[in-house]
Amino acid sequence: MEPASGIMLDHNHRLSLREFPYIIRWRDDRCKRCGKCTAVCPVKAIEPTVKVQRIIQSEGTVPSPTASRKITHIVEQVTDMERHCTGCGTCTLVCPNEAIEPEYNPQHKFYHYKNKGGEPLKRGGRRNDPSVSTLDKLKFTRISMLTDPALDAGRHEFRIRTLLGRILPPEELPLKMEDGKLVVDKSSGKFIPPVREIFPIMIGSMSIGALSPPAWEGFAMGVAYLNEVEGIPVVMASGEGGMSPRLLRSKYLKYFILQIASGYFGWDEIIHALPHMVEDPAAIEIKYGQGAKPGDGGLLMAQKVLKLIASIRGVPQFVDLASPPTHQTKYSIEEAVAKMIQSMSMAWGFRVPVYPKISGTKTARAVLNNLARNPYAAALSIDGEDGGTGAAYNVSMDKMGHPIASNIRDCYLDLVRQGKQSELPLIAAGGVAKKGNLAANAAALIMLGASAVSIGKYIMQAATDCFGDEYNRCNLCNTGKCPRGITTQDPKLYRRLDPDRVAERVVETFKAADVELKKIFAPMGRSTELPIGMSDGLSIEDEAMAKRLEINYAC
Amino acid sequence: MCRLAAITSDKYFSPMENILALETMKEGHDGSGLGLTLKDLGGEFEEFKGFPIMSGICSKEGIGVLDEFMDKHGFKIKHVWTPKIKKVKGVISRDYYFARAYDYPEHYKNKSIQEKEDILMNTRLALRKLGEPDESIFVFSFYPDVITIKEVGDPLQLAEFFSLDKDGIRAKIVFAQGRQNTNYAIYLYACHPFFIQGYCSMTNGENTAFVPIKEFLMSRGFPGYIGYNSDSEVFTHILHYSVSRLNFPLHYYKDVITPLKPTEIEQRKDKEALNLMKQSLRPLCIDGPNMIIGFTPDGACFMVHDSKKLRPGVVGGIKGKYALMSEECGLDRAIPKRDKDKDIFPMKYDMVVIAPQAKEIKVWNQLQG
Repeated sequence: MEPASGIMLDHNHRLSLREFPYIIRWRDDRCKRCGKCTAVCPVKAIEPTVKVQRIIQSEGTVPSPTASRKITHIVEQVTDMERHCTGCGTCTLVCPNEAIEPEYNPQHKFYHYKNKGGEPLKRGGRRNDPSVSTLDKLKFTRISMLTDPALDAGRHEFRIRTLLGRILPPEELPLKMEDGKLVVDKSSGKFIPPVREIFPIMIGSMSIGALSPPAWEGFAMGVAYLNEVEGIPVVMASGEGGMSPRLLRSKYLKYFILQIASGYFGWDEIIHALPHMVEDPAAIEIKYGQGAKPGDGGLLMAQKVLKLIASIRGVPQFVDLASPPTHQTKYSIEEAVAKMIQSMSMAWGFRVPVYPKISGTKTARAVLNNLARNPYAAALSIDGEDGGTGAAYNVSMDKMGHPIASNIRDCYLDLVRQGKQSELPLIAAGGVAKKGNLAANAAALIMLGASAVSIGKYIMQAATDCFGDEYNRCNLCNTGKCPRGITTQDPKLYRRLDPDRVAERVVETFKAADVELKKIFAPMGRSTELPIGMSDGLSIEDEAMAKRLEINYAC
Repeated sequence: MCRLAAITSDKYFSPMENILALETMKEGHDGSGLGLTLKDLGGEFEEFKGFPIMSGICSKEGIGVLDEFMDKHGFKIKHVWTPKIKKVKGVISRDYYFARAYDYPEHYKNKSIQEKEDILMNTRLALRKLGEPDESIFVFSFYPDVITIKEVGDPLQLAEFFSLDKDGIRAKIVFAQGRQNTNYAIYLYACHPFFIQGYCSMTNGENTAFVPIKEFLMSRGFPGYIGYNSDSEVFTHILHYSVSRLNFPLHYYKDVITPLKPTEIEQRKDKEALNLMKQSLRPLCIDGPNMIIGFTPDGACFMVHDSKKLRPGVVGGIKGKYALMSEECGLDRAIPKRDKDKDIFPMKYDMVVIAPQAKEIKVWNQLQG
């Protein structure tokens, strides 16, 4: 067919704003044309432009309209999908007159178009699913009433602590009697694994590199303050990418879990610091998988690999740092994983708990059962599908992975069947406090069988005011253009973030969670030990879920 | 809240002393049951000390099944005691209440005590399994020198029903519980005291940590850790597990069920062992309001509380006779002529232990070790 010539195509090649996930609502009458919004927009989705306006005016007592044309300045949203508005709302924050704000467009067709050059969408954040999670559907329904008095969360003593590390079965404790007292039989030669007593909510792995220096520093300061001043033993995992050499050699190292992942980034520095360490780390986490992107390794985009990150990780600047999907040395769980656990244990003289972290998966029980037979495995961390990440393919985040609730329950009940429920602690992660209910989600997971929970995305949002949500708002973490200065290595952006304020928010969040946990456990009559596996305390208003989780159905 | 009355003495006495003590605490039990465990038996059982005694209730059909089972497994009846049942308003009589002393099967006579204990427990469990679906057989205990009686009703009425006031049945240790039914349906297997292989306990509380404890015990691979019609049965099994299975001295029972805080453990000489125990036995840490009274195979009796002392308990008496009660009025009834100033109200760190034959009373403090 001959191409049409001389005929206007009416911009048929352009997308309409209705295809975009966020549409900018700009108010001409309020805007004073200061230009702050267009300057601050991290994706250049809006730009100042010039339009010709036709104005009809009529003056005098008799209508006598006259048309005039005027050149005016406006703020316009571009229709280039590469510069789509992410709804972060930084424009709204800087606008002096409340003249601009993005509005979510539920009818968008963003995913139809966001694959230019055959490159699928990559982003930060977590699974874009704003529905109510299973964790938020769980309720605490065993309330102590009259037959057993409820406890007072404000007056009674509570022990909100858990154990991180391999626990010996009671039958194998190397104890003997001496003068009517039990003593440890040192001559037995029995290996006593290292165990840490920690707060049951941990900060999960977010690396230096994924986070900006003030964000990571803020978390680290908050964790140190919680331990040293508040007496709440919160531990934090480093993520893949090492830690500052000074911190590695400091007394604060004991509050941190060092993560080793498939790229081994940062471990050159860690190994060199080993002889100079004055404290052991809280634990070593071997990352085999991540809930947000099962089957993918870590990914730090080139734009975030600046001088500091390059030096800590021992790599050149401005190159993509993609960790392999699996550890290259991994041959089988029976030997390679066991060897890795033993090697890491050996590096610290078997004084540090070493545990693997996997993504939530239907095969978690197979991993668990293998670890249960390995006396050096200190725990198993399972990261469910709602976990967050700094960078991943959208399809991995949205469609891959296993919900954490049934995964952790299955694993716990498997341990119960083997009588090993007290030996191998389970750490649950992935979507904890997705809607802000930190203590409730944590308590629910504990009652399903977790010994501890790990939080990443939530604490990042709560402590640093991250914009991201499950409507794909912002989620620019991978680009290095984080408008809050949280996930960027650009000093112009990260100087927006005050590390002291981040630390303060971390402390506030954990203190509040500590109180809320007591408010949950007190009316359930639990105070002396963490109610791990107290499934009779839980109910859910969904019969199928109740059956699946082996808990009560209540309506 | 259930009411508890335990008496230990160096002389045989009637269980009526416990029943009358319970009567003084009547506002605390609602007639949903009476449980009696008698140890170190006198009267007609005094001459059968070495023979295991099976205590229970059977229907007409059930007794046939029981006899056939025992005969098949080589147990021979040595002596039978049945209470003289008197009709009492409000108590529904069952067909056959009994305590029978048996002789061991031939091939078990020379076995070790442990092996004998296992065959007795397994026999009891097998009979329970046979009779539980249609409630034709209830077996509460099967052990030498121990009788257990349980029925639904008010303790004093039940004493009349069983004619305990006229019967010559006697013992040196008697535990009695007047039941206040709470969480579960009225069911005989949910009635305290609970007994396993010489260990017995009863409780006046609620166990909020029941499910994890139950799951832990059931996963130990020990056939006796089943049942759990009452959340309090786990206290008996923890006692058995700590002392019999793990070979811990009795006072470590307190360290298992209510472990100290890390700073408190530091003060103990056995802190290393305590730390390991606390970690490994974490699922057995009890919660909720509880006072526990128990005895061990050697005849020692004890009282301990939950870690906050949320339930009452008092111990008092004279040399040769002590009572452990949930309320002081019960103690006044059981042993009125005693020096009340010497009554012991154990606090949250205390474990009161009365030596066998009520020889002496000691308070073990958990902080001091």
